[in-house]
Amino acid sequence: MRLFFKGENMASQFDASATAFPSRRSILKTVGVGAAGLAGIPFLAACTGGSAPSASGSDSPGLTFGSGSSDDVPKRAYQAVTDAFTAKTGKKVTTNVVPHNDFQNKINSYLQGSPDDTFTWFAGYRMQYYAGKGLLAPIDDVWETIGGNYSDALKKASTGPDGKMYFVPNYNYPWGFFYRKSLWAEKGYEVPETFDALKTLAAKMQADGIIPIGFADKDGWPAMGTFDYINMRLNGYQFHVDLCSHKESWDQQKVSAVFDTWSALLPFQDPAALGQTWQDAAKALEAKKTGMYLLGSFVTQQFTDPAVLADIDFFAFPEIAMEGRDAVEAPIDGLLLSKKGGENKTARDFMAFLGTAEAQNAYAAVDASNIATAKGTDTSKFSPLNKKCADTIADAKYISQFFDRDALPAMANNVMIPALQSFIKDGKMDVKNLEAQAKTLYAAQ
Amino acid sequence: MSSIAQELIPPEAREPRGGRIRRTKGGRVRRLSRRDKVVLSLMVGIPTLIELAMVWLPMLMSVGLSFTRWNGLDLGDIRPAGGENYQFISQDYPPFWPAVQHNMLWLLFLALIATPLGLLLAVLLDQNIRGSKIYQSIFFAPVMLSLALIGIIWQLFYQRDNGLLNFLLGTAGTPQAVDWFGDSSVNIWAAMIAATWRHAGYVMLLYLAGLKGVDPSLKEAAAIDGASAVQTFFRVVFPAMRPINIVIVVITIIESLRAFDVVYVINRGTNGLEMLSALVIQNLVGEGQVIGVGSALAVVLLVISLVPIVFYLSRTFGKENKA
Repeated sequence: MRLFFKGENMASQFDASATAFPSRRSILKTVGVGAAGLAGIPFLAACTGGSAPSASGSDSPGLTFGSGSSDDVPKRAYQAVTDAFTAKTGKKVTTNVVPHNDFQNKINSYLQGSPDDTFTWFAGYRMQYYAGKGLLAPIDDVWETIGGNYSDALKKASTGPDGKMYFVPNYNYPWGFFYRKSLWAEKGYEVPETFDALKTLAAKMQADGIIPIGFADKDGWPAMGTFDYINMRLNGYQFHVDLCSHKESWDQQKVSAVFDTWSALLPFQDPAALGQTWQDAAKALEAKKTGMYLLGSFVTQQFTDPAVLADIDFFAFPEIAMEGRDAVEAPIDGLLLSKKGGENKTARDFMAFLGTAEAQNAYAAVDASNIATAKGTDTSKFSPLNKKCADTIADAKYISQFFDRDALPAMANNVMIPALQSFIKDGKMDVKNLEAQAKTLYAAQ
Repeated sequence: MSSIAQELIPPEAREPRGGRIRRTKGGRVRRLSRRDKVVLSLMVGIPTLIELAMVWLPMLMSVGLSFTRWNGLDLGDIRPAGGENYQFISQDYPPFWPAVQHNMLWLLFLALIATPLGLLLAVLLDQNIRGSKIYQSIFFAPVMLSLALIGIIWQLFYQRDNGLLNFLLGTAGTPQAVDWFGDSSVNIWAAMIAATWRHAGYVMLLYLAGLKGVDPSLKEAAAIDGASAVQTFFRVVFPAMRPINIVIVVITIIESLRAFDVVYVINRGTNGLEMLSALVIQNLVGEGQVIGVGSALAVVLLVISLVPIVFYLSRTFGKENKA
């Protein structure tokens, strides 16, 4: 899976924490309680076994490729890409696969240590931040050859803070309201085009004894999708970007308006949200307990029954204000070139290769749950839902990257998760406090 | 006597080599040879160095970093921040005060419920009942289980729709079903019960060892004097376990301060389960790190932890000095 805050790999995060938390260990040592000390040893041992990606050589007969795509399907998909590259050019690709949570958590030390030539990462602030710190190599020359393969929105998402190109998109996936066609046909529900229509529909569903909007926020990040969409529909894409990079203050009417608007939707969202994961909510949608569910298209991975999968459709987040529906939330995954990798011509060739339909077809042949980004990729195997996802992205004027990729990770992780969870609980939001926290955290960068 | 055998005998008991007895000015016998001194200083020095490098140095660095702003990337990016991080956590950081409260609640719960429960288990299992070893293993098992497993076990127990607890209450699948982990008004209690499950087993083991160490003649004497079982326990056995009691008090306090794993597996310490240790991790580890704030939180935790540590050390060393 490609998302940031996945809880599934907690154990490894906890292992890592043992080293980064001196006071706790000092307590154990000082007290000298044998059993407690012994209990700590497995954690310490586990840390040393932690997989720090190692790189070797930047000689041009080959390149190293660091991959955080550790799940089986994406791992094999990237394998297919590197194999295709080797078959085409005769150059060897050495792939270092690291569990995705580890990869993301260790990115700071990874980039400062000996990173691989190219590595998997995300578009958005999380890419721009490292570009701004000079840890990445610009790839304007690569974009001269592959630029024609991408839409303007994708090009914009691949640009660094200095206007140079840094990122090569591989695939993305849109966020929208997913629903079961059969349920809607049976009850006579219609796709809402406006926010008012959405509220009317939700009220109707509630009267029918269905929870109108599936919702899960135990992991903290899914609620950011609702926030992002209401924000972009009310205040526009540019405001979303500026707010995420803290060029706009949180303590202003525009932000309060987002939460005021959301309050109207809150009674229709699943009240059990804080206790369930997105997978739980996907099951509720499958069981027709909820009427619709706002999530990324990766939700379809949960529907293993082909009959159910064929019954799934989605619609874009309805229009709220003048801003229309120009922006779509479609996080992009792709490749970056590390500073060291910038000296390796073969690594640049590999980046250029990934920006072609040929490479992305090789990827999509294995991992079909995502939408390839380059023009001219094979769409003949697309399901109607795949096609709709692809069209939604292609038609979008702006592509946002989801809050945790567009904003400072500390802001997303430490501030927004607790803030949104308490908003879900009591419907109140202290935007002054959000601004106070944002000020401190962004100043620390 | 061969030289190897000579080495095996403790220095105090050794015949002085070459018949020389070195005396210091005060007239005390200096029995350590140069070789002994080298060995001893290595044995003391290496752990001391490790302790310095792995514990004290990071600790002092944490204290130092808590007064700075740093993004964790380039050392040149470290900027002084004065007390701003402390001001931030106490005034602007919403999870901080709930976390302090939860740690206090955790301490009270462990001290008043989990620890006495462990003691009770120990006393019961000390009665030479049949299968005592099996019970001991069962109660101690949670202490040895991995985090991930504990998460799964309690998930099965607490789940809203198909969890065992809601099933027993007859509320499973109904709107009245309690979301034990998701509802922020009850999840701290659910988590503390899970923590008790581990803590009681740990305390039990320590007390079992303590009970074995109590001289049986004390109990016999009390019985002869006509004390009831309860009186014997509280007036004679319990006070006789004083050294264990102090260890248990310290462990209970430390456990409640570093309470982390259970809340972390539930929801990484958010939504009603804020704990100081979880906040430290959230701010120090991973991409979302804010080193200054995380260090300040760690220092707060350290200062609080120092209280029981100092208490414990002054007790132990105070006793040694008296002896």
